[in-house]
Amino acid sequence: MPLKLEARNLNFFYGSQQVLFDNCLPVEEKKITAVIGPSGCGKSTFLRVCNRIFELYRDQRAEGELLLDGVNVLSSEIDVLELRRNIGMIFQKPTPFPMSVFDNVAYPLKLHFKLSRSETHNRVEQALRGASLWEEVKDKLKASGLALSGGQQQRLCIARAIAAEPEVLLMDEPTSALDPLATGKIEELMVELKKRFTIMVVTHNMQQAARISDATAFFYKGIIIEYGATTRIFTNPVNRKTEEYITGRFG
Amino acid sequence: MKKKKLFKRKLANHIFRIFSLLAVLLASAAMLVIVSHVIRAGCKALSPGFFLNPSKPYGVPDSGIANALLGSMMITLGAALLATPPAICAGIYLAEFRDHPKVTAVLRFSANVMMGMPSVLVGLFVYILMVVPAGHFSGLAASVALAIIMFPVVMRTTEDMLGMVPYALREASLAIGMTRTRTTLKIICRSARKGLITGILLALARVSGETAPLLFTALFADSWPGDYLSGPTPNMPVLITEYSTNSPFAAMHQAGWGAALVITVLVLALNIGTRILFREKRHAP
Repeated sequence: MPLKLEARNLNFFYGSQQVLFDNCLPVEEKKITAVIGPSGCGKSTFLRVCNRIFELYRDQRAEGELLLDGVNVLSSEIDVLELRRNIGMIFQKPTPFPMSVFDNVAYPLKLHFKLSRSETHNRVEQALRGASLWEEVKDKLKASGLALSGGQQQRLCIARAIAAEPEVLLMDEPTSALDPLATGKIEELMVELKKRFTIMVVTHNMQQAARISDATAFFYKGIIIEYGATTRIFTNPVNRKTEEYITGRFG
Repeated sequence: MKKKKLFKRKLANHIFRIFSLLAVLLASAAMLVIVSHVIRAGCKALSPGFFLNPSKPYGVPDSGIANALLGSMMITLGAALLATPPAICAGIYLAEFRDHPKVTAVLRFSANVMMGMPSVLVGLFVYILMVVPAGHFSGLAASVALAIIMFPVVMRTTEDMLGMVPYALREASLAIGMTRTRTTLKIICRSARKGLITGILLALARVSGETAPLLFTALFADSWPGDYLSGPTPNMPVLITEYSTNSPFAAMHQAGWGAALVITVLVLALNIGTRILFREKRHAP
């Protein structure tokens, strides 16, 4: 199976404090890779390196290599805007923009593609359908994105991310702010989405990782303790720490 | 022993509460006395002609405040146009671009100093800078003076309002490949839009009653404010000052009270209206 993303000896620093240590992680194409581990172990940080969003903060710094299709995205020659179009991100709390449902999804389109009006409309519909939201919002495309429910807002953010036609989706605890029903919908959607995208998801929910992911990486104190097929990690973990964590003895 | 302690604590609590209440009453009583006196003394001057006619020298019939009202509007509007764009830009710099913490600290400190500066100094400054070289008073000079007073207020409000927009929204915007500039203008400012407009309107309400800077710049004239760019421009604060302190005639004192009532009502309406219109509706973003 080809690798979409690959971390090679990735180190990360908040100022002088190191939080990721020599991370090596292969991420397979069109699979869901779950990133699990106790709070503060560097899961989110790892995700935030992939699209270089950490660069918003001046004291954060990454070293090592992170390859996307074999090209190091941490290189200074990479066009960050194009990288972020190619790697979408979904956050823990839904982050709809203060504009209409339609404009939320049309925004990345206007930004990255030159499209006619009808073509934009088509793409917005496709993206909303892709995020299983179309049926619920097709009659209120002009309503504010902030007026939707939490679960709908999160799917709106997913629609916005896939409208830019990325290849990778990073999801940072995408369901931890949602109720079980909305969570179920997002999980179904993720399984559907992996046909088209490579997905990395950070989750605190062991069942979720077991249900939807193909591969799982266990982070502990900034170190990747164990990585492998999800079924193997959950049934037959090699490392004692991994076993303790997935059986709920700490975390 | 325990009971005594409890009693002491309760007593202290009561005393403190009573003092706080008294302080609140005192503060609101001052406002009530001022407003009620302005209403009582001012309402006698009010008539349709008072609002429609321009001011005239003492003794000429049908004198009003229409020219001063119009002049004041031109001066404050001019101030808003001059101050708002650069103040918002400066506020955006303070809130969004923290690459140079020292520059930011200096800017913020000087804004605080400017906010505490007596307005008479600002008036004197503009008088020396604009009125003396030009050889004439003007409404424009008054707008510049008021703009200088508005600038730090609007800048700090902008910074505060943008600072209240959650960081997640900035990250979400950048994460779909948007530039910093577009993120700031299209997403962050848009989120904070209500707060920004409120800040501008409240700053306007604040400067619209400023008198000292106008004495040095706009001065006054018993004419329509056609000379906004090149001559003395009638305005409400100076009209009130002139009529109540520089005139021996009771009719002018009364007109002064009338004008005071009008400006009080207008500023109150702007204040209260702004707060009601843009009452912050909080939605979890």
